[in-house]
Amino acid sequence: MTVARFWRKIPQRYNLIGTKCENCNTIYFPPRSLCPDCRRDGTIVDHTCCGKGTVVTFSVIRTASDQFSNMTPYVLAIIELEEGCRLTSQVICDPTEVSVGMKVKSVFRVIAEDGPSGIIHYGTKFVPV
Amino acid sequence: MREVAVIGVGCTQFGERWDTSFRELFVEAGTLAIEDAGVGGESIDALYVGNMSAGRFVEQEHIGALIADYAGLTHAGHVPATRVEAACASGGLAFRQAVLAVASGMEDIVVAAGVEKMTDAGDSTDVLSAAADREWEGFAGATFPGLYAMIATDYMHRYPLTRDQLASVAVKNHYHGSMNPIAQFQNEITIDTVLRSTLVADPLRLFDCSPVSDGSAAVVVAPLDRAREFTDAPVAVIGSAQASDTIALHDRRDISTLDASVAAGNRAFAQAGVTRKDIDLIEVHDCFTIAEICAIEDLGFVTKGEAGTFYEEGQAYIGGDLPVNTSGGLKACGHPVGATGIKQVWEIVTQLRGEAGRRQVDGAEIGMTQNVGGSGATVACHIFRRA
Repeated sequence: MTVARFWRKIPQRYNLIGTKCENCNTIYFPPRSLCPDCRRDGTIVDHTCCGKGTVVTFSVIRTASDQFSNMTPYVLAIIELEEGCRLTSQVICDPTEVSVGMKVKSVFRVIAEDGPSGIIHYGTKFVPV
Repeated sequence: MREVAVIGVGCTQFGERWDTSFRELFVEAGTLAIEDAGVGGESIDALYVGNMSAGRFVEQEHIGALIADYAGLTHAGHVPATRVEAACASGGLAFRQAVLAVASGMEDIVVAAGVEKMTDAGDSTDVLSAAADREWEGFAGATFPGLYAMIATDYMHRYPLTRDQLASVAVKNHYHGSMNPIAQFQNEITIDTVLRSTLVADPLRLFDCSPVSDGSAAVVVAPLDRAREFTDAPVAVIGSAQASDTIALHDRRDISTLDASVAAGNRAFAQAGVTRKDIDLIEVHDCFTIAEICAIEDLGFVTKGEAGTFYEEGQAYIGGDLPVNTSGGLKACGHPVGATGIKQVWEIVTQLRGEAGRRQVDGAEIGMTQNVGGSGATVACHIFRRA
C-alpha cells in the first residue's frame, strides 16, 4: 500500500472512525461515503466506534502473503462492534483461545511493514477482554 | 431477444504449464474451440475474454487486443476483443457477455474465453487477495483461504457439518478428476489424505483448497436457429444470470450464505423455466470445499445446513442424485482463475453432448454452472439444455 493510500485513512485506521447515516441511523465501519440503503437521501457524518465487540467468526492463518508471513500463525476474525457494524481484523491471543462469541476490545498495533525499507502500517487489532 | 447456443468448446490441459506462455495458452484453447465449431477466423464477430489479473500474474494488461492479435483476428477482421474481469468469476461473466451479444442481435458468431497464467507470479496469495476488499480485508491480513475458512467456522458453528463430510467434497472431486484427461490432478484421495494435509487457514487444510494453475478454455456461441449449420449437437443456453453482493465478507447479511448465489440462481431458473429437479448435473465454484457445500444449498438443491448428509450419502457423485463437478471441479481439475467459468461451460456442454467418456452422466439433458468471484461478491449462473 502506497504512502498516500495509507495516509489518507490514518484517522479511521488508528481510531476506528466510521461513518453514520443520519437518515437511518446506521453506523458503518469500514467508513462509507454513501449509505447503501438511503443512498442520496442519507447524510453521512463521522462516528467514532467504541472499540468493544464480539467475534462473529475466525480462522487461524498458517499460510499468509509475503507481507504477513513473519506473523503466522495469527488469528483473523470478523468482529461485530457494539454499534452493529462488522470489520475484519486480527485477535491477539493464543490460536487455541479464540472462539465464536468471544468478547474483545480494540488496541493500537503494527499491522504490517511495506517491505524492508517501506513504511510501517499501524492500525487496529483486538484483544480478549 | 434471440435464443443462443454453444456450437463449439475447447480446453487446454490445466496444471503447472511451465513451458507455455500466457498467450500460447489462449491460442491453444481458442483453436480447439473454433475447430470444434467448424468456423473460421473470418466468421468470428467478437471475442470476450475472462481474465482476473494478468497485470499482476504476468505484468500484462490490454489482454483483449493481445489475444485477438495472437489468435489471428486482427489482420483481416479487426475483430473487437474485450477483457472481462470479476476475479474468479471473470470467465462466467465473459461467457455471459458473449451470450448477451448474440441474444441482442448485435453479433452472430462470438468466442467467449478465459485464461490465467498463475505460475509466473511470485506471491500468488497476495494477488488473489485482491479479489477481496484490499483496504479493509487484505490490509488486516486476510488471505483467500482465510476468508473461506471464516465461512467454514461460521457454518460449522451453526450447522451439523463434520470435518469428514467437508473432506468428502475434495475426495469426490478428485475421483471425478481421475476420469478427466485435462485435470491438473488425476489421482484419487481419501478422507485421511485431506485430514493429514497441512493446515492453511483453520479449519481448512491444503486438500480443502483449489490449486494454483495455468490454463485456458474457450467456447463459441451463435444464434440457436443457425446452430445446426455448424454442429449436429448444439447446446442451448436457456438461462443466464448474474448478481452482486458486498465486496467484503464482513458486510454480508449471513456469513454462510452467498446471497449473490441465491439471487443469480433464482434468476437463472426463472429465465430457463426449469426446476431444481430438472438439473441433471452442475459445475459449481469449489475454490474451497466449504464453497461447494454453500453452493448447492444457496442454489436451492439442498436445505441450508443439510449438505453434510447429502455428501456423506454420496449424492454428489456421478450416479448420485445430483452429480456435482464431474470435471473434478476447481479442486482437482485446477483453478486458473479467469479460465474456470469457461471450463465449467466446456464440461457441461461436453456432458450434454454425451462426449464425457468415463465420467459421462447417463442421459444428461439439462446442466448448470455457478461461478463465484471473490468470497461471493459476484456470481454468474447459466443453465443449458441439449438442443
